[in-house]
Amino acid sequence: MADPQRPLPTLNEHDSHAFWQATKNKELKFQRCANCQTLVFFPRSHCTGCTDGDLTWHTASGLGTVYSYSVVRQSYHPFFRSKAPYVVAWIDLDEGPRLLSNVEVSDPAEVSVGQRVQVHWEEHDELCIPLFAPVR
Amino acid sequence: MSTQTRDAAIVGIHEYPSRDVEKLVSPLQIKAACAAAALKDAGLNWSDVDAIYDASDGSAMSGLTIAEYFGIKPRVIDTTAVGGSSYEFHAAHAKRDIAAGRAKVALLTYGSTAHSNAMAIGVGGRGMGTTPADNMESFAGMTLVANYAMAARRHMHEYGTTAEQLAEISVATRMHAMRNPEAVQAMKDLEFLDIRETTISDVVNSRMIADPLRLLECCMISDGGGAVVIASPEVARNCRTKPVWIIGSGEATKYPENGGDITRSAAIMSAPQAFGEAGVRPDELDIAMIYDSFSITVLTILEDLGFCAKGEGGPWVEGGRLRFDRPADGPALNTDGGGLSSNHPGMRGIFLLIEAARQLRGESTSQVPGAALAVAHGNGGMLGSRHTAGTIILARD
Ligand SMILES: [Zn+2]
Repeated sequence: MADPQRPLPTLNEHDSHAFWQATKNKELKFQRCANCQTLVFFPRSHCTGCTDGDLTWHTASGLGTVYSYSVVRQSYHPFFRSKAPYVVAWIDLDEGPRLLSNVEVSDPAEVSVGQRVQVHWEEHDELCIPLFAPVR
Repeated sequence: MSTQTRDAAIVGIHEYPSRDVEKLVSPLQIKAACAAAALKDAGLNWSDVDAIYDASDGSAMSGLTIAEYFGIKPRVIDTTAVGGSSYEFHAAHAKRDIAAGRAKVALLTYGSTAHSNAMAIGVGGRGMGTTPADNMESFAGMTLVANYAMAARRHMHEYGTTAEQLAEISVATRMHAMRNPEAVQAMKDLEFLDIRETTISDVVNSRMIADPLRLLECCMISDGGGAVVIASPEVARNCRTKPVWIIGSGEATKYPENGGDITRSAAIMSAPQAFGEAGVRPDELDIAMIYDSFSITVLTILEDLGFCAKGEGGPWVEGGRLRFDRPADGPALNTDGGGLSSNHPGMRGIFLLIEAARQLRGESTSQVPGAALAVAHGNGGMLGSRHTAGTIILARD
């Protein structure tokens, strides 16, 4: 039997399409409005700060800070059950976006709030998944 | 300045007694059984109902489905669906609709067979959803418990809140559950391993589900349902029951924001509206019915409702303060046994109204003597990301 697979995003979702498209090149993209400077993340087609939105894409450095996290011990999803215990975290990228991801460590006790983390990429056919690890 | 009005009252309540229906009844049948019992409680009949409130959990056009099923032709239909707080929103809207003269008797119902259907609500895999946010988040495998756990972790980090302090919520709630025969039966039917009062030590030594939340800090998944009848003062005067007035309400929304603070829930916005309208202060309340999906939900909302300052919830709850037999220390918490130990079929909001009404009618199994003021606060969705808040302030005659 095949190993259980991570549930992957679809490229057919209108708002997040360009974000996931860019992950093919291992680029972490976010939007900012050229008209009112509002940071827009998750991606959208409209600016949430003004009605004359002029959204432009920017590439994040991939560096960020753990805002909060949990060590998941129990999940009924076959893939995540196979990974447990694993760390889910809200990560504040240095450029401002707050992203949900995993912090990949051998021991979950290594993770802490405020920890500096850096993106790495899990490769799939159509896209790459942004995962994080502590900055060494 | 208070704008309190007494233009709508809870006059009928019913909580479905079984938490394990063994697939013998449907959610619609639970709704109907509860509706009939709540109407009977009030001394009203189906034909008196002219407004229906439903959380759209049954079918695509639930307002139509439920009207036909009940055999009612309502003048008002409200199918606001914002998760477990939907019933607080419904109560607020019912008061508004009755005050505006659009309805005289409002019927709120809930029915669920979440347990029988073996819904893994708390630890289920988050499948890829269809919203843009889902498409950005689901790859990370955040279970519902982990979502709340992240709020707890951040609360601990910022304010020094401890596991022992969070455990106070579970201990007080279980104490109340042990006094409620329906809650004890629920725990038996759901095969709880050790059905007794718990200690702080029991809670902090129970199995970790998603750090820092442990098993005894997580709500049960039961079957169940309930109904609430809300009526105009003219109708309420002729009901069999003592009216429980809706004297204030507030509604609010919260979602993840870049740079946002997940230790603050939407209650921070709904509470001032509700307390302001009611013209009462948190320290005047006898009863706090707060959605206890998890321990951290209650701790966060106690702060956000204004019982104590942000970040001070941990020390504030210490020493058994939330028990029903400590009225001098502030409100009694979840005196029916809560979602932690009595009833959580997925959307608990209606039970908050029901138990608050019981207290103000003097009918709780953990009755606070002379209880006169209560808050019912529903949190719908997920505390650590996107949720709604519905605050209802209730008063007896
Ligand atoms: Zn803009």
